[in-house]
Amino acid sequence: MERILSLQDIRFSYTPDDPDSRFAVDGVSFDMQAGEWIAVVGHNGSGKSTLARLIIGLLFPQEGTVGLFGDPLTEDNLWEKRSQMGMVFQNPDNQFVGATVQDDVAFALENNGIPFGEMTLRVQNALEQVKMDTFLDHEPHHLSGGQKQRVAIAGALALRPRLLILDEATSMLDPQGREEVIRVILELREKTGLSVISITHDLEEALLADRVVIMNGGRKFAEGTPQDVFLKGEALTALGLDLPFAMRLSALLKEQGIPTEPGTMTERKLVEQLWTLHSNR
Amino acid sequence: MDIALEQVGYTYAAGTPFQKRALHDVNVRIPSGSYTAIIGHTGSGKSTLLQHLNGLLKPTAGRVRIGDTEVTKETKGKQLKPVRRKVGIVFQFPEHQLFEETVLKDVMFGPLNFGVQEEEAKARALRWINRLGLPEGTAEKSPFDLSGGQMRRVAIAGVLAMEPDVLVLDEPTAGLDPAGRKEIMDLFYELHEQRDMTTILVTHSMEDAARYADHMIVMHDGTDVLQGPPGEVFGDAERLAGWRLGVPRTVSFQRLYEEGAGLPHGPAALTEEQLASYLAAHLGEGGSAS
Repeated sequence: MERILSLQDIRFSYTPDDPDSRFAVDGVSFDMQAGEWIAVVGHNGSGKSTLARLIIGLLFPQEGTVGLFGDPLTEDNLWEKRSQMGMVFQNPDNQFVGATVQDDVAFALENNGIPFGEMTLRVQNALEQVKMDTFLDHEPHHLSGGQKQRVAIAGALALRPRLLILDEATSMLDPQGREEVIRVILELREKTGLSVISITHDLEEALLADRVVIMNGGRKFAEGTPQDVFLKGEALTALGLDLPFAMRLSALLKEQGIPTEPGTMTERKLVEQLWTLHSNR
Repeated sequence: MDIALEQVGYTYAAGTPFQKRALHDVNVRIPSGSYTAIIGHTGSGKSTLLQHLNGLLKPTAGRVRIGDTEVTKETKGKQLKPVRRKVGIVFQFPEHQLFEETVLKDVMFGPLNFGVQEEEAKARALRWINRLGLPEGTAEKSPFDLSGGQMRRVAIAGVLAMEPDVLVLDEPTAGLDPAGRKEIMDLFYELHEQRDMTTILVTHSMEDAARYADHMIVMHDGTDVLQGPPGEVFGDAERLAGWRLGVPRTVSFQRLYEEGAGLPHGPAALTEEQLASYLAAHLGEGGSAS
């Protein structure tokens, strides 16, 4: 397996000259293999969005190194490295430049000097991947939130990135829009082996990831499979984080004298246990 | 203060090529003291409806009754000032509207604008800054030096400092993290109870509608299609799906359980606590439900 990202002891402060200032990211390390999906979770101010900006080279750490696709990220190779990454931001309304969906997706390709024939192919292809290919000539601002974010993802995909970073890309969407976007990402990973870092508050989304990194006060509080990380239960709620729905419901059922298996995190697993209890009653 | 819309229609840019009908034949009543949730898919007309609740928009057809004031297309802007004092609206991302040099001045702006005396406006502002849980010393800071979550609280304090009888909330927690979301929603609920306010919540979160509201209005394609208590609205998931709306996670889990266990649909579980009790009643000793 190829290691595509390696963070080593990164420290970053927005006000490095102020001796009293706190590090927004304070000594964080983790690696990522090609094809992985990592969810980064933490409350506002935990440093997770700063982390995303450090990875994509919008910010540079004062200490430590960001390794991308085998090399440390520097100001010299920034553009070459960045061309292999795509990023989708939180607000679907702040990231459109084109007058139509296809113009918008083509924008970055044009910037990168991709020939016209190749460009049309890539635009079509990227929009098919997010299931928006019937919207080529629509105006972006008339789309729903979920559709807008899918177009934004297509814009990133058209550049054929090796790493896609989603910075709270679903947090402003309605439940339906959120589901559309998550479904598209799941499918993309299955079909293309794309690597994804998703900065998110949505724990049900985090449950789908291969690995979860929990940030708190600029530091990495926990890292592991969703199963391992969410087993910490109360330690996470003490940080002001929530737990997945199935875990919250299991805890309430326990209070009512209905025990479920420890570590039940998905609704499917929980309902299956309840069905069994029902039929054995 | 009751609010009622009678045969309300609203068309943007009427008489131009850009004319667009946003509302038609809306008949809704928001009872005084209720906590009413308005739900509807993107484009259903909920934002246009919301702007009628304090006369920001005047209906192009029908009438809006806000307490004793009646608003029709003929109503003059001047007549609406008392209405705007009584109905406070917290818009989406209200922190984008902060503009003053200090937090204190920003929160005082609303009350001063409605004729409250300087001293009283200041006292109110300080009280609400404190009530919103902002740290000591925030009042003297520039609102632009605060974090996003704090800016949101300052903007909300600015609306509450007008001490409205009706508080309208448009997606007030969008973009906040789960802890921040719960804190703000619990605060609104507390105020609703203590101050005997009418609260109107426009939301995409079926969970919030189910947990906090006692009355609901469902909008679809520019008109009201259903009104009733949350238990009734969320009781029929299929009907909601037809309007491209979902049910709270508690209800979808409940239905999944009932269908797999071969049970008839019980009353919709609106909170996780209700769902746990319902399941326990089925599964506990004796299994009272069958």
